[in-house]
Amino acid sequence: MTWDVALILGIDGLANGAVYLLAGLGLVLIFSVTRVVFVPFGDIAAFAALTLAAFETGRVPPTIAMVGALAVVAVAVEVTSLSRRGEFARIPKAVLQWGALPAVPCLLAWLAAQPGVPAAVQVAVSVLLVVPLAPLLARIVFQPIADASVLVLLIVSLALHFLLSGLGLLFFGPEGSRTQPLATGTLMLGEGFPVSGQIILMVASAIVLSGLFFLVFERTVVGKALRATAVNRVGARLVGIRPARTALLAYGCASLLAGLIGVLIAPVTTMYYDSGFIIGLKAFVAAIIGGLVSYPMTALGALAVGVVESFASFWSGALKDVIVFSLLIPVLMLRSFLSAHAEEDEEEVDQ
Amino acid sequence: MSAARRPRTPQLVIGGLALAIALAPLLLGSFSVSLLNDIGIGSLVALGLVLLTGVGGATSFGQAAFVGIAAYATAWLTTTQGLSPWLGLLFALLLTGVSALLIGMLTLRLGGHFLPLSTIAWGLSIAMLFGNVEALGRHNGLSNVPALTLGSWSLADPRAIYYLIWVIVGLAFLFSHNLLRSRPGRAIRSLRGGATLLASVGADAYRVRLSLFVTAALFAAFAGWLYAHMNRFVSPSPFDVRASIEYLLMAVAGGLGQLVGALVGAAVVLMLKNGLQDVLPMLTKNAGQLEAVAFAALFILLLHFARGGLMGFVRRWAPGLLAPAVPDAAPSAVPPLPRRQLPTPGTPILSVQGAVKRFGGLVAVNEVSFDVNAGEIVGLIGPNGAGKSTMFNLLTCTAAMTAGRVQFLGRDITGLPQREVARLGLARTFQHVKLRPQMSLLDNVALGAHARTRAGLLKAGLGLDAAEERQIFQEAQRQLARIGLADRAFELAGSLPLGTQRILEIARALAADPVLLVLDEPAAGLRRKEKQALGELLRKLRDEGVTILIVEHDMDFVMKLVDRLVVMNFGAKLVEGAPAAVRADARVQAAYLGGTA
Repeated sequence: MTWDVALILGIDGLANGAVYLLAGLGLVLIFSVTRVVFVPFGDIAAFAALTLAAFETGRVPPTIAMVGALAVVAVAVEVTSLSRRGEFARIPKAVLQWGALPAVPCLLAWLAAQPGVPAAVQVAVSVLLVVPLAPLLARIVFQPIADASVLVLLIVSLALHFLLSGLGLLFFGPEGSRTQPLATGTLMLGEGFPVSGQIILMVASAIVLSGLFFLVFERTVVGKALRATAVNRVGARLVGIRPARTALLAYGCASLLAGLIGVLIAPVTTMYYDSGFIIGLKAFVAAIIGGLVSYPMTALGALAVGVVESFASFWSGALKDVIVFSLLIPVLMLRSFLSAHAEEDEEEVDQ
Repeated sequence: MSAARRPRTPQLVIGGLALAIALAPLLLGSFSVSLLNDIGIGSLVALGLVLLTGVGGATSFGQAAFVGIAAYATAWLTTTQGLSPWLGLLFALLLTGVSALLIGMLTLRLGGHFLPLSTIAWGLSIAMLFGNVEALGRHNGLSNVPALTLGSWSLADPRAIYYLIWVIVGLAFLFSHNLLRSRPGRAIRSLRGGATLLASVGADAYRVRLSLFVTAALFAAFAGWLYAHMNRFVSPSPFDVRASIEYLLMAVAGGLGQLVGALVGAAVVLMLKNGLQDVLPMLTKNAGQLEAVAFAALFILLLHFARGGLMGFVRRWAPGLLAPAVPDAAPSAVPPLPRRQLPTPGTPILSVQGAVKRFGGLVAVNEVSFDVNAGEIVGLIGPNGAGKSTMFNLLTCTAAMTAGRVQFLGRDITGLPQREVARLGLARTFQHVKLRPQMSLLDNVALGAHARTRAGLLKAGLGLDAAEERQIFQEAQRQLARIGLADRAFELAGSLPLGTQRILEIARALAADPVLLVLDEPAAGLRRKEKQALGELLRKLRDEGVTILIVEHDMDFVMKLVDRLVVMNFGAKLVEGAPAAVRADARVQAAYLGGTA
């Protein structure tokens, strides 16, 4: 391998790492606030990419129907639980919140699918359209069992991924698609190293978004509420934070991140309905490096995963994913060595 | 209810089930026989998951990968090397066992979510490896796997291999049933009580979990071997994460709390899958996708509304059917378990020298030294926050010391793991009671004898531990009688009031035949009568030669009981001496009442 190749692979790895960084932040955010390991994260990113692809081919994205269907189910779940508790007065507000609110991006998406809408608007709407997905899924699937053990939540989360990928196939079909680059042009790095605008855009977005993430968490009341819920749910409730609401906020933010990832990678990778799973899993490797709690370590982990993947694909395209997952081995060994005396929680599934 | 009128329903049900399984191939068409073969193979994998997840509290999203390792191992050995499928079985078991051991060693020390998450990663990786290795036929897999033969009898026909599959399933269930009722089984059933509980009886939670993990993988290996020789073909896709989830669905649908749940779950899931494959194409042209969606939705609904699975309902409607059998008559006497040589009264057995524990800047225990002599009851007291509980953790080696030494029976135990100290004869109880609520009183106490006995997982599963088991239960029964609960031996520990649970913990500690019994606030939450009974019990134990160190809040209780007191305040030792002297000490009064010394 020459230095040229190494440099190209390194830059490629950086771009991958940027994606895993954003995904890792979303995963850690959801896990720390709700204890849910949100496996369907990658699916949402894939749906955003496929939505954009539908816009570009002049079709009305099937995502509208998906969001609409989920909103109907969520309204039904919410209304049932409210009427079971006898709180009929809150039903209209619930219908507005769970039915009307998700309908807004659906309406925008329908308008954006009309001919002559600029590409930039379509990109924005693609991201916007998947934002309700995670909160809706959370309301339907996770909120009723919010106090279950991490293990039960994880099993549910994995089942949810298979549910979503089945729905993805139904709604989007088996064809893969690739979208137009968001940024054109190349930057010449030194002598003869062209770096495409798309890669620069990916890395820059990762830097800007993680910076924003940091600011929100450190400087705003909302960010502090999220952190408080992550540290101790009961304690957060005692000071007036509603865990269910912060959880929805976390899901919303994560969904937004997933949407951004989707439109960022759609021009460089051919996306299928189930491409998200592997992206999500690699972000998990990054998140596990960060112990599922530390954002800076997750960021470092994401870069490591990205670079390892890009070099691995140079040596063996077919086995690159195996090589990336085997990164877990030294990480787990180190973690197991460091936490040898930790007392684990009880995990009860059947109670 | 008299012994003679005890219903024999469980035996009847099992007998009827066995008969039905034996007769099924004579009555059913070949399609149904093939389905039953699949159910048998599925239930083997699900049984491993019931043990691992339902009983042991750990889970694996990569169980299908173990099935795959075994299936590919035997397929490779029999097709490319041309060896016998029976050698293939050995090779499959070996390869799967070693893989599980390595993966387990890597992940089982990690608590909580790390294990299941990493199982997703290796579950995916192994399935991908199958699809990319030239010798394993890449995505096309390996075909022409030979059928099994028994002598000259070929098991190529589904009706022929049927009996082999169900004999293996039957043996696997028998093995698991034996295992759960044995010494290693009690440790497995206590895994969810936490590592400290197991360490307190001298067991290593990590090793227990590792052996359980390997056992579950070996069940999957049998399934994989049968799969390869039944279908005569292996390819990567039946061993991916999706398949693992389906096995987990079987275990959850049947009911993780019961072994039978594995069989019920495999039957329900596979029959449902078959039904859906028949019905869905009539409704839609996207049948395949809808099937996946329906299964995932079903799984989520199960975890929302019926986490106990189908057997959970059976347990609720007909509790007698699944209740553990109560022996009809008292077992005949067997030689007791060997006992330890107790040190002569008056010799020092525990000696704490200059113990220091810092948590960051806070000094919780500062330069504390004291001795405990054989045959006495020593009380460790002090006001709230004096560092008593930390001291307790230091001398039982539950927590590591910052500085200082502890000697037990003349041996330096500083820095030893807690379970080693327990094995030396230092038994403890817990301030927050750690009993297994779903186990009987007798089983809970029998757990205490873990370190005095030897039977391993294999011996227990094969039912070769009967003699030792009788000794253990005789000992457990004796300890229950000692604390006055002999007639409630078969009740569940969770049904006892808190005070009685504390006393039951003492019986468990006594079953370890301890030299030194260390009790952490045993009188907390007890009523006056119960306290009196506890005091009498402890005095009786002292008279029998057991040395007792008691950490306690209740001054009245301690003053009447102990021979000597060690008083702590603000992390340091304040006074040591006889109860009367301590009571009169001005410094102690000041510490407790806040006056000036």
